[in-house]
Amino acid sequence: MRDFSYFRADNIEAARNAAALPGAMLLAGGTTLIDLAKCGVAEPSTVIDISHIKGLNAIDVTADRAVIGALARMSHVADDPQVKNLFPAVSEALWQAASAQLRNMATVGGNLMQRTRCPYFRDPQNFPACNKRAPGSGCSAIGGVTRGHAVLGVSEACIATYPGDLAVALVAFDAEVDLGERKLKVEDFFLAPGATAEQEHDIRPGEVITAIEIPGSAAARRSTYIKVRDRQSYEFAAASAAVGLELESDGRTVRDIRVALGGVATKPWRVRAVEDALKGKALSEELVRKASELAMEGAVDHGANHYKIALAPRVIARAILELGETA
Amino acid sequence: MTVHDMKHAASDSARLEAVGGRLSRVDGPAKITGAAKYAFEQQLEGLTHAVLVGATIAAGKVSAIDSRAAETAPGVLAVLTPDTIMELKGASDWLGNPPSQPTYNPLAREVTYSGQHIAAVVAETFEQAVAAAALVKVWYDETPAIVDLSDGKAGDGIPIDAMTKEWGDAQAAFAAAPVRICAAYNTPREFQAAMEPHGLIARWEGDELTIWEPSQWLDGMARTYAEWFGVPFENVRLVSPYIGGGFGSKALALAHSAVAAAAAKMLGRPVKLVLNRPQNFTSYGGRAATRQTVAIGADKNGRIQSIVHRGVNETAVDGMWVEPLGSVTSIMYATPNFSSRQNVVRVNTVVPGAKRAPGENPSAFGIECAIDELAHELGLDPLEMRLINYAEQDPHAKKAWSTRQLREAFAAGAEAFGWAKRSAAPRSMRDGHQLIGWGMAAGTYPVRRAHGEAVVKILADGSVVVESSSIDMGQGTYTILAQTAAETLGVAVERVSVKLGDSHFARAGVTGGSRLAGVMTGAVYKAAGQALDELIGLALSDPRSPFQKLQANTLQVRDGRIASPRGEGPELSVAEFMAAVGREQIEAKGDTLPASTTAEERYANYTTIAKSIPHTEGDYSRHSWCAHFVEVRVDEDFGTVRVSRVVSALDSGRLYNPKLAESQWKGGIIMGIGQALLEEGIVDRRHGRIVNGNFADYMLPTNADIPDIQTISVGIPDPHSSALGGKGVGELAIVGIAPAIANAVFHATGKRVRDLPITLEKLI
Repeated sequence: MRDFSYFRADNIEAARNAAALPGAMLLAGGTTLIDLAKCGVAEPSTVIDISHIKGLNAIDVTADRAVIGALARMSHVADDPQVKNLFPAVSEALWQAASAQLRNMATVGGNLMQRTRCPYFRDPQNFPACNKRAPGSGCSAIGGVTRGHAVLGVSEACIATYPGDLAVALVAFDAEVDLGERKLKVEDFFLAPGATAEQEHDIRPGEVITAIEIPGSAAARRSTYIKVRDRQSYEFAAASAAVGLELESDGRTVRDIRVALGGVATKPWRVRAVEDALKGKALSEELVRKASELAMEGAVDHGANHYKIALAPRVIARAILELGETA
Repeated sequence: MTVHDMKHAASDSARLEAVGGRLSRVDGPAKITGAAKYAFEQQLEGLTHAVLVGATIAAGKVSAIDSRAAETAPGVLAVLTPDTIMELKGASDWLGNPPSQPTYNPLAREVTYSGQHIAAVVAETFEQAVAAAALVKVWYDETPAIVDLSDGKAGDGIPIDAMTKEWGDAQAAFAAAPVRICAAYNTPREFQAAMEPHGLIARWEGDELTIWEPSQWLDGMARTYAEWFGVPFENVRLVSPYIGGGFGSKALALAHSAVAAAAAKMLGRPVKLVLNRPQNFTSYGGRAATRQTVAIGADKNGRIQSIVHRGVNETAVDGMWVEPLGSVTSIMYATPNFSSRQNVVRVNTVVPGAKRAPGENPSAFGIECAIDELAHELGLDPLEMRLINYAEQDPHAKKAWSTRQLREAFAAGAEAFGWAKRSAAPRSMRDGHQLIGWGMAAGTYPVRRAHGEAVVKILADGSVVVESSSIDMGQGTYTILAQTAAETLGVAVERVSVKLGDSHFARAGVTGGSRLAGVMTGAVYKAAGQALDELIGLALSDPRSPFQKLQANTLQVRDGRIASPRGEGPELSVAEFMAAVGREQIEAKGDTLPASTTAEERYANYTTIAKSIPHTEGDYSRHSWCAHFVEVRVDEDFGTVRVSRVVSALDSGRLYNPKLAESQWKGGIIMGIGQALLEEGIVDRRHGRIVNGNFADYMLPTNADIPDIQTISVGIPDPHSSALGGKGVGELAIVGIAPAIANAVFHATGKRVRDLPITLEKLI
């Protein structure tokens, strides 16, 4: 049997100390860790249960910023009236993620640590080669079934899609992740695979996510998250877009715009090229559709996922145009 | 076994308890509260746990197995390999054909598909067995695999002559027809995806074997176990009180069943073996992938002159499965010329199996899409097209329909859906970014008939017990058999308890092909009638009976009370009467077989399907029918398809319980929505391996994918189909849903998608 030790941390310092141990993994909602342990991907030697630490689940939202404790449940954040009001894309990303049962268990800190759904990554018995699991072993996905795989941020080492929704909204609005000693932009917290596919996050041994901070902005207040998927719920994105829009007083010229993509990249994917193409311009459907195409600069497909290159710009365009119409 | 509380179940109308009443499922409360104990939830003393090791190649040989690390792992009792598992005898197949090999090894040396069982670890706990199974090392000599029908090595396959149906000169008539369409339609490998996994507990006591296993066919599976182990059929007891979904997959004892029973024999301890979710995608067959071409020639008025149909389905390298693809093609429309032929192609897969409406389901996808294409070509409304070509008799068997309320189904469905308001041109209806499409299709399923027997007991307290080795997998057997006994005996339905799912009860054949309700209501009706006759006979003749001095010809039982028809003389409750005559119980066994049936024929009837009665026997052709009307919304940018409305009108003959029939129809429609839009076993072509064998990646519809579904019963009692007038229910409603959705998608978008599932990349 694969034995592991279980340690319940009562405070954040204890959690940090334990997290520094080799082979240690944090347990919060458990929805990812237990799943990965069952399929043989996660084999922690120590499980540190942080779910009982007090004070890490607060949701504090003002017009200036939202501070969301790492242990806040996805469902609580999605339903928070101030989050809905001031950061609608964050709420929408959360309630379109997973299922009601999972959202009631999963925490937002754990959500940032969610790992890819690449079927090759998740099946070590049948597919020993995976650079994420065993650096240097190769990538089983390349040349295989790639319908769900990424087209942006891919490398020869890995084409696994980042599966989450919340982080897509977070990178659009310059959110930061609080690791105690340091704070990082969520955009920088996630790492594209490059030659080191096993490194998915900029997090060091002994660091624990304690909070997520999202700066308030006019663009965040008028924002949306559109998720396109094969079925209507409980499914990962074929492509998704978090978009925020601030217009000049004329109601059509773009003062500020934020665009990020999910379901198509190896990490939550901010697309500044689209933002830059639209800033200072008056919105029109033609312009928006054309600008949205810029999101696919550098896209590389592996056959079955080619449709994502056509789909993703349409999702961005829909989101921008819907926000523009509600001016 | 759980005693079902009828009072909680009863909810609707005044005539709930009669056959035809809308009694709620009597097993519902037990299932909702968790009181219902499923087959392998039994707690047994000394239970051990087995976990299987599957092949990681699709073709080749197992060259070596190193099980030393597993054998010495904590808790491990045995590691079974092809070399160490006990030898079993070959068992005859489900048709009763004798085994092709004298011996059977459920663990493979020759690997013919990925995931095939090659070893098993038995340990004291499940966790120990899982951990040790991961330590078994296997070496292979791998050979190239044929991964699927499109594999270059697959070839054209083997012609199945028994599937050929031809009349007239179809090729010539097609060539001469002024209007012609010809298209290819494909369905992928699909899986039954029952929530309850396959598995079992096996326990030997001497040479008596008890198996707790979810089963659609207790007697057939018990026979297989008996033959494998060379013990008398009566020594095997199969117990299956509830089934958490079968959909065709749980009718046979499979290789993993044999492993568990052999391990229990070898260890002398009970063994539990449950397939994990990925193993449920590789240990038994789902629906075979199919390819069809349908060519239809018509005159300018839309009258069909010829149908030419060719079909192919995949089967296994070492097993045969024929998915009859011409089954609907050959009977749905009147045509003077017809040709249907079918091949099967061997690929490296577990042998495919039955999934809801095997044959009829993919068959309807071909012909019902093709008819829509022809209607479009002719500028005819798809409904009108179907009425123009309405088959007034079975075009293949050339016999009258027993009943065919399909015209009524078309009319009722179209009216309820508002079909007349459909705008004919594709892409002509929209709501913002949503393109709206309306599509329709017909469906059918044959009335499969067989025989069954039942025991009905009237107990001293006036209550009634019904026993049968048939099963309830959610269709409502517990409920409708209680209704049948209650009505026949004149007692309240809450006084009837139904016991199912034990092979030591009265015999029953397979529960599949929508045959159970017709067979078993007939058997219970007969047994209950015999019990009633005995009760009344006793009341009229027994010296202790208060009715004896009445000198009446008969008596009647109503609301559990016995009285003369004209009301003179005493009136007693059944319990009072039983006390008066000093009887503990009255028991009758009834069956639907002719009295001349020999014991050998009876055994064959219940343990094989060779004795099924053809649906075209005698003067009639017997089928259920349906018409589906579907609205879809397709996002014009994203290509996502959502079904927003379904109206289906169905002819299942007389309904024994309309509430349960509607639930089964809706279940079939929901499964059809999944088939049309989501379900597909995806094979990694390099390894011949299913990569989405789990419930996250093998997609089934969620509640949010299912709209309001309206079902309308247009059936009338069909005396040629069953004793009480019902036809099949459970398999019918999925037939025609996928083509109705595909046709609606065409109407919405102008794009014809002929490969299921209709996923978004096919529309953008």
